[in-house]
Amino acid sequence: MSEPVAGQPQPGVTPVQGPPAGLGMFLYKARKNLTGSTPYLMMGGIGLWLLTWWLLCEVFSVPRFEKMPGPVAVLSELFSVEPFLGISVFTQEYYQHIYLSCRRIFFAFMIATGLGVPLGLFMGWSKTVRDYAFPILETVRPIPILAWVPLAILMFAGFEAPVIYLATLASFFVTTLNTLLGVDSIDESYFRAAGCLGAKRRHIFWHVVVPGSMPFIFTGLQISIGVAWFSLVAAEMVSGDGGLGYLIVDAYMNNVTVPMVIGMITLGFVGWITSALVRLVGNRLMQWRVRALALEGR
Amino acid sequence: MTVTPASSGEHEAQGPASGKGKLELRNVNKGYGEAWERQEVLTHMSLTIAPGDLTAVIGPSGCGKSTLVDLIAGFERPDSGEILLNGEPVTGPAHDRMVVFQETALLPWLTAYQNVAFGPKLRGDLKGEALDAEINRLLDKVGLAEFKDKYPIQLSGGMQRRAELARAMINNPLIMIMDEPFRGLDAMTRELMQEFFLKLFEETRRTNLFVTSELDEAIFLADRLIVLSNRPTSVRETIEIGLPRPREFHMLSSPEAFKYKRQAMEVLHEEAMRGFTRSGDQQAFLDAYRKGDEAQSDG
Ligand SMILES: Nc1ncnc2c1ncn2[C@@H]1O[C@H](COP(=O)(O)OP(=O)(O)O)[C@@H](O)[C@H]1O
Ligand SMILES: [Mg+2]
Repeated sequence: MSEPVAGQPQPGVTPVQGPPAGLGMFLYKARKNLTGSTPYLMMGGIGLWLLTWWLLCEVFSVPRFEKMPGPVAVLSELFSVEPFLGISVFTQEYYQHIYLSCRRIFFAFMIATGLGVPLGLFMGWSKTVRDYAFPILETVRPIPILAWVPLAILMFAGFEAPVIYLATLASFFVTTLNTLLGVDSIDESYFRAAGCLGAKRRHIFWHVVVPGSMPFIFTGLQISIGVAWFSLVAAEMVSGDGGLGYLIVDAYMNNVTVPMVIGMITLGFVGWITSALVRLVGNRLMQWRVRALALEGR
Repeated sequence: MTVTPASSGEHEAQGPASGKGKLELRNVNKGYGEAWERQEVLTHMSLTIAPGDLTAVIGPSGCGKSTLVDLIAGFERPDSGEILLNGEPVTGPAHDRMVVFQETALLPWLTAYQNVAFGPKLRGDLKGEALDAEINRLLDKVGLAEFKDKYPIQLSGGMQRRAELARAMINNPLIMIMDEPFRGLDAMTRELMQEFFLKLFEETRRTNLFVTSELDEAIFLADRLIVLSNRPTSVRETIEIGLPRPREFHMLSSPEAFKYKRQAMEVLHEEAMRGFTRSGDQQAFLDAYRKGDEAQSDG
């Protein structure tokens, strides 16, 4: 075609030869990361936080802080081969607690997602389903998870089921509501364009409603996995058998603060990793979204 | 050579659907809201879009141009009256009427290629290699061959518009409906797009309804210009644009083009004034305005 076409590569510019593969890509990414300010600011932040903690608790023993375990006490216990109080990265028990909590989170998150996403999609897509389910959802949603504990224990036998139920409940509401909002957020013109192109109702569901609400769904899933951790720990504290929440409350009962803090820090890290995993899956599924955010410089 | 509706049928047909879509609106009425919130948008709207013609529709902003598009596309139903495509009543959206939307409506989660493939794949009327070849041909035609694996967000405004044209064309519609398709593009891109689109149209002569709020654009592209009145809206004036084809930009400065422009401007201005003074003493304002105009031309 003879007419000028905007945006075609100009003759003078040599394009970079495709992305590097394997190790090359890894090195490229590593170098790119290290040249930015992010890793240094991150280390600086953590360093400052540890320093403040150390000064408050162990150097100056500021009143009200002197009974708290300082970073030196906590870290030396955490990394000692023969921990004085029984919990360190070299003990079987430590991993047992992490494993128990993670397994519960896994089940809770899967059940909440498996129920919440479809429910949210149908509620957003069909007014009938929404009118039917929305009032109940909105009434049950604000009830705090701790209020559910006695009922959960009555409803489910054993230790495992009530804890998983409680963690599921909280994250289910978050997921459902975000999915619903995701469907609402889809621009009407996409429905129209699809209709114009010959899409039937079920096509619209699979090709517009589902992909269009993905960004909101994954934002919801990140919040929901965090909420699952909150309620899991609360549940483990009340009725648990093992798990990080149990570790914390057990240490408290035994009047030892160091394992308690170890439990808290571990919780923070594990929670961070799980929500990073959710983000990773989301980015895998939504390449278009990744590009869009990259263009906005994020 | 002047292209009039009568002679347009003789144009050589290139696509199977070229010069075949005849659209008629008969006494169509459409309003929104109920009871005291009721607002009539279109009243007694009757018009015919001849096969193989490019009919431009122009009117004051908010007069109901997009409403008209929604009705023809089948997104909305008229309150009364008939919309006929080749004599068959329009009952809902279908791929014989393709809409190119005001803002881009490419699906953001599909690449340019996947967007073009969307319609034929859903309906299953083109498959495998034949489909692939057709998509590549069209993307090449709109100059996006190299960008076929990009997502809409990665394309410039002009490229998005062209991808959308390709997505519409692959369905071989009887009529293309374009609702201010080049609005929001910068002046330069807009001009390029008009030229590009014009070539595409002159090549295929696929029946086209082109909604715009730019008079120059309408005169440059159209065989016929329909000027709408203010709300409640009906056809105010129809102007046959007799500029020769293939069109060139310089024709816009010909005395003939100027005549069409002046004719349309007068009507548009009057309608705009009518809308502007609706709440006040409209007639008095108009009279005063006319008097001023006469005084000017006398002096
Ligand atoms: N879905 C709708 N519900 C209520 N009012 C509407 C709707 N669509 C359009 N309108 C009204 O119809 C009028 C015409 O709108 P529109 O067709 O978009 O005008 P244009 O495209 O000419 O600018 C506007 O006053 C708008 O408020
Ligand atoms: Mg409009």
